[in-house]
Amino acid sequence: MTAEALRRIEKGLRGLTPVAMTLALMLMVALPLPLPGFAQVTPAVTLIAVYHWSIYRPDLLPLGATFALGLMQDILTGAPLGLTSLVLLLLRSIVVSQRRFFHGKTFMVEWWGFMLVAPGATVASWMLVSLYFGAVVNPRSSGVQLALTVALYPVLTWLFGRAQHSLLKQV
Amino acid sequence: MRYPGGSLKHMTLPVKGWIQRFALVLFIGAALGLMVMGRADVRLIERLRVVMTDIATPVLDVLSRPVASVSEAIEYGRGLLALNAENARLREENARLRNWESVARRLGRENAALRALLNMADDPRLSFVTARVVADSGGVFVRTVLINAGARDGLRNGQAVITGDGLVGRVVETGERSARVLLLTDLNARVPVVVEQSRVPAILAGDNSDRPRLSFIPVNATVSPGERIVTSGQGGMLPPGLPIGTVAAIEDGVVRVEPFVDWATLEYVRVLDYALPGVLPSTRSAGRAGPLQ
Repeated sequence: MTAEALRRIEKGLRGLTPVAMTLALMLMVALPLPLPGFAQVTPAVTLIAVYHWSIYRPDLLPLGATFALGLMQDILTGAPLGLTSLVLLLLRSIVVSQRRFFHGKTFMVEWWGFMLVAPGATVASWMLVSLYFGAVVNPRSSGVQLALTVALYPVLTWLFGRAQHSLLKQV
Repeated sequence: MRYPGGSLKHMTLPVKGWIQRFALVLFIGAALGLMVMGRADVRLIERLRVVMTDIATPVLDVLSRPVASVSEAIEYGRGLLALNAENARLREENARLRNWESVARRLGRENAALRALLNMADDPRLSFVTARVVADSGGVFVRTVLINAGARDGLRNGQAVITGDGLVGRVVETGERSARVLLLTDLNARVPVVVEQSRVPAILAGDNSDRPRLSFIPVNATVSPGERIVTSGQGGMLPPGLPIGTVAAIEDGVVRVEPFVDWATLEYVRVLDYALPGVLPSTRSAGRAGPLQ
């Protein structure tokens, strides 16, 4: 009985891996790094995380968690509250509806898919922010951020993949 | 036995999908609602933000320490390499500053004497709180940093944040132990300034680029590159004379200012407690603060 309970707890904790990793990455990129201009173009790690987990384990990154992660990011960065949640939720619903397409495909296909949806998400948030502030926000940082995010994608998905294999096999 | 199971599945699947869709609509609606409420400056949203930032700041504080140590170590190594040249430069600067010191002393005495003669009202005393930048968060659309001091250290919204180089920005959100600083370069930052020499007034307006621009310059006034820009003190929120930057370029009638502050190495900042007596409601005095002069 206790062994069963412990096993369940362990399973539950393991199931938190996607959310916990995303949260940790989000905090890491918010740290003040001594790199000129980095703060303005920090890669959108939440975008990568939501895309990846929506393909492989959408059950472990449910709608509520996606919403909360977006909220946390907006609070951390000082962006309009709700902005990132909205973009991440839209991204999640699109990817989840297409996820069967990615199963059994190579990594390149997955990355290519990310290159298709990430610009969409960037343009969407840029438009929302411009509407919010009632001013055309300079799109340059958004562009640089997009490029960095796409470039970082293989590294992060490799990390997520490792976690998936070691921690989430039986979950 | 197969039949009921099958029928149950037939029934639950659409229901599950329907619930999922409903939840999606609900969450998207919530996100949109938050944005609309945030735009309308709803008090509750701001409270939520402040409370969450307060929770996150100690975590960021701990996490950012190793980062700070590493960059300090790198700085130290660099300093060792350039020790001789730096020493020579500092000696020269020291000689120059000694000269300035005697000038400043003389002017200070003269100023005090003239003020006494004119019976001029004293500027309010300045005190400050030093805080560490724990998150250089900002991101693509906003230029802000989080600092590890808040209302319990005497911080209030609107206070000026400076480094040794010049003005950094203003406190816009104050939690119990954290605060968010809106940098000069943010889209929403507006600072009343003057050109130091010619006393031409203007408003320094951020636009998310590294060089904010000067707007509302009087029509007949001229501003030329290289001139120093300082705060004017209008509005009573910022002390007058805080250095901001120099006029960097004038392109198509847009005057751009290069701030003195190095945004990449923003580590410790000072939050000034400055309030004109009688203009703003007085608050409790800042802890850990000392007089500036």
